[in-house]
Amino acid sequence: MEKIYKYPKATQWIFLLLVFFGLCFAIDVPEGYEFAKAGTEFIDKDKLDQTKYSVFWRLPAFIAWMPGWINESVFFLLNDWAPIEYFDSDIQETKTRPVVLHITRIVSRSMLFMIEFIREILIGGVETVVAFTSWDWIDANPWAELPGLPWTIVAGGAILLGHKLNGRNLAIFAGITMFYISTFGQWKPSMQTLSFVMVAAPISFILGLAFGIWAYKSKRVENILNPLLNVAQTMPHYSYLVPIMVLFGIGDHAGAIATIIFATPPMVRLTLLGLRKVSPEVIEAGKMSGCNDFQLLFKVLIPTARRDILIGVNQVIMQCLAMAVIASFIGAKGLGWNLLLALNQLRIGLALEAGICITLIAVLLDKMSLAWANKQINYFENPTFFQRNKYLIIFFGVVFGGYILSYIGTFYFKEGFNYLFIVPHNKGISTEAFWNSGVDWILDNFFDPLKVFNTWLITEVLIPMKNAFLRMPVVATFILFMGAGYIIGGLRSAVVVGSFTLFIALTEWWDRALITMYMATFGVIVSGILGIIIGTLSAQTKTSIRITLAVCDTLQTFPSFIYLIPVIMLFGVTDTSVLIAVVIYATIPATRYTIEGLRSVPTALHDAGSMSGVNRLQRWLKIELPLAFPHMMLGINQTVVFALFMVIIGAMIGTTDLGQYILKALSDRQGTGNGLMLGLCVAFIGLAVDNLIRTWADHRKKLLGLD
Amino acid sequence: MSSTPVIKCESVYKIFGTNAEKMLQSANGNVDAKTFQDAGCIVGVNNASFEVSKGEMLVVMGLSGSGKSTLLRCISRLTDATGGKIFIEGQDLLAMNNKQLIELRRSKMGMVFQSFALLPHKTVLENIAFPLQIKGIKTEESIKKAIEMVELVGLKGRENYFPRELSGGQQQRVGIARSLAVEPDIWFLDEPFSALDPLIRKEMQDEFLRLQGKLNKTILFITHDFDEALRLADRIAIMKDGLIEQLDTPANIVLNPKTEYIRKFTEEVPREKVLKIEDIMDSNSLGQSENSISVLKDAIIETVAEKILSQEKSVNVIDKNNKVIGSVKPSKIIQTVFGGRKENS
Repeated sequence: MEKIYKYPKATQWIFLLLVFFGLCFAIDVPEGYEFAKAGTEFIDKDKLDQTKYSVFWRLPAFIAWMPGWINESVFFLLNDWAPIEYFDSDIQETKTRPVVLHITRIVSRSMLFMIEFIREILIGGVETVVAFTSWDWIDANPWAELPGLPWTIVAGGAILLGHKLNGRNLAIFAGITMFYISTFGQWKPSMQTLSFVMVAAPISFILGLAFGIWAYKSKRVENILNPLLNVAQTMPHYSYLVPIMVLFGIGDHAGAIATIIFATPPMVRLTLLGLRKVSPEVIEAGKMSGCNDFQLLFKVLIPTARRDILIGVNQVIMQCLAMAVIASFIGAKGLGWNLLLALNQLRIGLALEAGICITLIAVLLDKMSLAWANKQINYFENPTFFQRNKYLIIFFGVVFGGYILSYIGTFYFKEGFNYLFIVPHNKGISTEAFWNSGVDWILDNFFDPLKVFNTWLITEVLIPMKNAFLRMPVVATFILFMGAGYIIGGLRSAVVVGSFTLFIALTEWWDRALITMYMATFGVIVSGILGIIIGTLSAQTKTSIRITLAVCDTLQTFPSFIYLIPVIMLFGVTDTSVLIAVVIYATIPATRYTIEGLRSVPTALHDAGSMSGVNRLQRWLKIELPLAFPHMMLGINQTVVFALFMVIIGAMIGTTDLGQYILKALSDRQGTGNGLMLGLCVAFIGLAVDNLIRTWADHRKKLLGLD
Repeated sequence: MSSTPVIKCESVYKIFGTNAEKMLQSANGNVDAKTFQDAGCIVGVNNASFEVSKGEMLVVMGLSGSGKSTLLRCISRLTDATGGKIFIEGQDLLAMNNKQLIELRRSKMGMVFQSFALLPHKTVLENIAFPLQIKGIKTEESIKKAIEMVELVGLKGRENYFPRELSGGQQQRVGIARSLAVEPDIWFLDEPFSALDPLIRKEMQDEFLRLQGKLNKTILFITHDFDEALRLADRIAIMKDGLIEQLDTPANIVLNPKTEYIRKFTEEVPREKVLKIEDIMDSNSLGQSENSISVLKDAIIETVAEKILSQEKSVNVIDKNNKVIGSVKPSKIIQTVFGGRKENS
């Protein structure tokens, strides 16, 4: 009895678990209940008619009508609502169409124009000219097309830019990247992807910055933006695609719009964070220097918040390239599309080459943008005209030389392809054979152990775990989640978590959501343990911290799809593959936050520990871990989001959870509602966990006097 | 006063809180911190009235939370005063619109901050040139001026350093140079040396006095360090809970503390190091002393104490032109240094 008063929280947890398990055992599976099965069978409305089961077991799908309603609303907005007159320049007459459609068409067209324009500067084409004239005119004037640049010029330009921004190392890296892309025959898709990123990234940057500033200036805007950003950042990428497809059609512009929607929120967040951190004295110094509002913003606030804003830029670029693959679902051309094709055909080597291309471009763009922002001016040198325009002059030289080379090439490579202009897609070097034989070799030699491991994992761990999750009666799940919310954050948290869960429970996908939860839970547990172990081990010395953080940085630049390549190589198309990809992907934030948390333990406490004579294990258990734990939990929070994303992406290779349905909604013209609702379900799982962990970590940090 | 004071405050109030203005009106000039606090308002500055004339240095001294920084921010209009009037060279500060205010700051005001408030992304040179560039002066010219300022504050050779690469003292030199770059008439310093180590602080105070000797600005200096206030000030205003408790010359404050609160500060002050002969001389006894020894009226007591105490009779006090303007008895020195202290067991 005494212990109950001594540890009230622990008692509450034990009580909660007792009730939870009690309910699980008390409520039996109703007879004839059909669990979600593997495979992609279409939703059988009868079987899913949950009203015929007890509400304790499964809630009736009360909001199953919502997807349909969303579809109808979108169609109404797009096709009937508020028609306006406009002038159609193609057929030279005035027509009417609904305002939403009109706007989306204008957005699509201008977006497409920008992408095509950059693309055709790089690899040539006629679309830009067409935009100003017409197809008929092009047919009549076949010379009128942008010629495109030989790859040597683009590569030379990239090297020069690298050198101008950050000296020799970046130049060398740019050179290697360009050379790799070209010789491996990835030039055309790479330039397509690049042109797409060069439109999406700046727009996301500007939008993010603008909204960040707006939220900084107005509390009300921040309050409105906050939940929107939360949902946007936890919705899986796929679920945006259907509504975007409906509104904007299919093509590069749609991909770009999806990318922008995904890349903007972190930029907004980081801009706001950075601006908030600017010390009031710096602002006052700006005001006392006589800044007007505009100067204060652009010369004081934004530059001072630069560190966080740059992280935002970095995030934007990463998101853009990560979306390159996903955007190819709705018609974005380029590397992503190639990668997707290769993955679908299980051509691992090809997928790997495309993946490396994306990664190289991502790292290059990231480094260049950082270098550009860190550039400083030297006021003391007095450059001559030549010195000042050195790079421009050399670039002209490169352009000239590049054209000459490609002209010579036309004589040299008589038949077919001019390799000095562009290396065509299937004519480059390929290491595919090597990788394939590598995979074969692994399968030849390790087939049995891999298979044993695979089978063991599936039959002994995954299936029982999945069954256990599915076996939970809905009322028990509610009690568990809301109870956890209540113990951690009081009534408020309980209500928030409860309403997120309720939303999911009232859709017709509760079983699917449970499967998603089980996969994510498995991923989070394994990555959490791995991350904490790796993080703790590498936090021991300064060098290992640096190395591990560098590895984390690099791994985070990889678009999420890349992670699927090696695991499919080893485990084929199974849940194991997805889960291993999830684990690898989600271990990154867990490791990073563990290191950060351990590093933030004050030196004074370390010294105090040493003087008390702690040994290594005691130091870790009694000093470091308790202080670092709240921060580590925030890492787990990230891990949850990462794991959810990866689980959903894993639908690509055949899982049976929500992701599968989202993917299916993609191929359905009526999929808007389903896509959005499914996306919300995933987002809400993430947000519920986020609420619990964040509340706990904040509470704990306050208690420990951190922050 | 013959000329207009550079800074003039007339019962300035600053009250934080939602209904501050209404509360102030209903209080009718009789603001009591306690009643305001009960109503959810915090009194920052309570009925501050004073003038600063050209070339004068007014030091506002107070402990944290006394409202000294708030007072400074009202006068620089970084926050808007809740009530009262502030005049800068006769112009009504509170009636200015944004444009006029910016113009005023660009041409007349310079400010130094406690935590230096340098722009982290700019070098020493760029930081100093910043107010000039904001004014719209060409890069070349502003850099030229900034180089001058770098030399003035003794940072030559570090022009291209970033703030993070400098020590605290050096950073504050940059802050000082920046605040002086536009050649302002009015110089605000908000605890400029508080974040520095004691030795560096002393050095910076000397540097500051040297600069002021050269530039002769009108200065409002905020500090929580009473010794610093005594060292630098022409006049000191001591604040407590938003009220100015006493505003007087350092000597008068040390010799005649008005309230018990101020007495606590003055008690421990080594008077021989603070007071000048002028402050303790007897000016009514002109020519009565036949002593041939004389001391300058500006001399700090400490430096001439031995000379005076070795005499039995009064010593003449002379001004710069060797004119006798008073006398001082040896006993007066002893009384000044040791007198009036409480007996401690």
